[in-house]
Amino acid sequence: MRKFDTKVQHLKYKVLREVARQAWSDTLLKNVLEIPKIIVPGNTPTMRCCVYKERAILEERVKLAMGGDSGNPNVIEVIEIACDECPVGGYEVTNACRGCLAHRCEDVCKRGAITFDSNHVAHIDKTKCVECGACAKVCPYTAIVSRKRPCQNACKIKAISMNENKAAAIDNDKCISCGACVYQCPFGAIMDKSFILDVIELLKKSLADKNYKLYAIVAPSISSQFTYAKLGQVITGLKKLGFHTVIEAALGADMVAQAESKELAEKKFLTSSCCPAFVSYIEKNFPDLVPFVSHNLSPMATIAKYIKDTTENAKIVFIGPCTAKKAEVQRDRVKPYVDAVLTFEELQALFDSRDMDITTLEEGVLDNASYFGRIFARCGGLADAVAEGLKEQGLDDFELKAVSCDGIEQCRVALLKKSKNLLDANFIEGMACIGGCIGGAGCLTHGEKNKLDVDKYGREALEKTIADAVSVLK
Amino acid sequence: MKVTVCIGSSCHIKGSRQVVEQLQSLISENNLTDKVELGGTFCMGRCQEGVCVTVDDNFHSVTPEGTKDFFEKEIKSAVM
Repeated sequence: MRKFDTKVQHLKYKVLREVARQAWSDTLLKNVLEIPKIIVPGNTPTMRCCVYKERAILEERVKLAMGGDSGNPNVIEVIEIACDECPVGGYEVTNACRGCLAHRCEDVCKRGAITFDSNHVAHIDKTKCVECGACAKVCPYTAIVSRKRPCQNACKIKAISMNENKAAAIDNDKCISCGACVYQCPFGAIMDKSFILDVIELLKKSLADKNYKLYAIVAPSISSQFTYAKLGQVITGLKKLGFHTVIEAALGADMVAQAESKELAEKKFLTSSCCPAFVSYIEKNFPDLVPFVSHNLSPMATIAKYIKDTTENAKIVFIGPCTAKKAEVQRDRVKPYVDAVLTFEELQALFDSRDMDITTLEEGVLDNASYFGRIFARCGGLADAVAEGLKEQGLDDFELKAVSCDGIEQCRVALLKKSKNLLDANFIEGMACIGGCIGGAGCLTHGEKNKLDVDKYGREALEKTIADAVSVLK
Repeated sequence: MKVTVCIGSSCHIKGSRQVVEQLQSLISENNLTDKVELGGTFCMGRCQEGVCVTVDDNFHSVTPEGTKDFFEKEIKSAVM
């Protein structure tokens, strides 16, 4: 069964696995320069023009796998030499234009940017075109295409531009570290920094619980991942790696749902605060709305705080689908609670760096949260949980009108409406990734089935209500 | 006295919530709230013996059905 969506992910994984292997055997410093050769042996190039360029790019990937450029505060970085300098022309007429007579493209263009040559073939006047794409939509031959870079296309908040070398450049003042470009770049030229070495260090130094207990908090979207094995086997695998135990971030989500519904009934309007990319987007683009962001920590930070408050000598690694979580844990409010973040991609590399075939392991159990905490992983789940929280706490006289924003573009629309007082809702559930966390850039695989997997996992929870799930915590 | 109940996954499935809830009410019914501190922890590493409970670091294996007896024997008699 496939482990990754793309070969780019697979390449990134091979680098992470090799870096992790060397780290386990304490040979990383000695062999770090050999890693590109280990991954691309011989003299025949497999990806680029020559092996030397391949290895030069791999060196950069190794750097990112080891934490990346410490001088760059962003957890997302461009590997400039890996960027293929894709075309950036915007909408262009291709030779599929048949020189038809209808000229729908001309009619639909409000800017008068379309002209025709003597053969009726359309041309776009780039000085007039505003890249609206209307002409492309109406062309019966789909002869007009947008030559936009996949990274720019993926970045709906327009944080990516081209630098003087025609390579992609990220504007850190705009970037929310959602990782959409990381997943979409077909050349793997944008990557998230990895903290896999920190995790290996934490695992080693815990000395099997003697020094401190290392807890793994896993995001509920794990239910749609590692589908080649059973979830219980992933849990056993984590314990075999050296984690003391595994806890659901979804229990933190239950805690958040309870507190957030109360906060909402009090304040009458809120936006969610679970998605770090969404929160960062509000801070950067709608500063006036910041006071409306729920004051709750994210589910990850909430459960991590609970563990650290109640357990002496606990250290915590969060494992999830999200690159923005790597930025969230650098915030002062969250830093004390979470020691490192790993993506599912990186966890796969970590398993394989120990040559652990999780399909052969016995099944452990994972059951802390309720149905409602678990469905936070998909768009709409948070709003459902807040509705349930209101009901369970007898706050149903507050009429919830939630808008669940699926992806950062929908978030933008809802926030824009709110800023103009045109929003007919009192709760904005903001998810920067399409589909919610299951669409996260750090997922191994993405697909339609993932939402069903999350719902199924939700229904399998022992606790059916939020109140029952959190009752053990008091 | 510090009583800690494991609320990790394995013990949770075996009924640690019911154990916690019963202990909570038994402690308050017997007016022991200022003498007994009830807390939770994630995993004591003895999942086979769950629901795991410690009373001042002494380990006990408790079931939801046996919680009342456990309370009488290990908690109430010890503090009263």
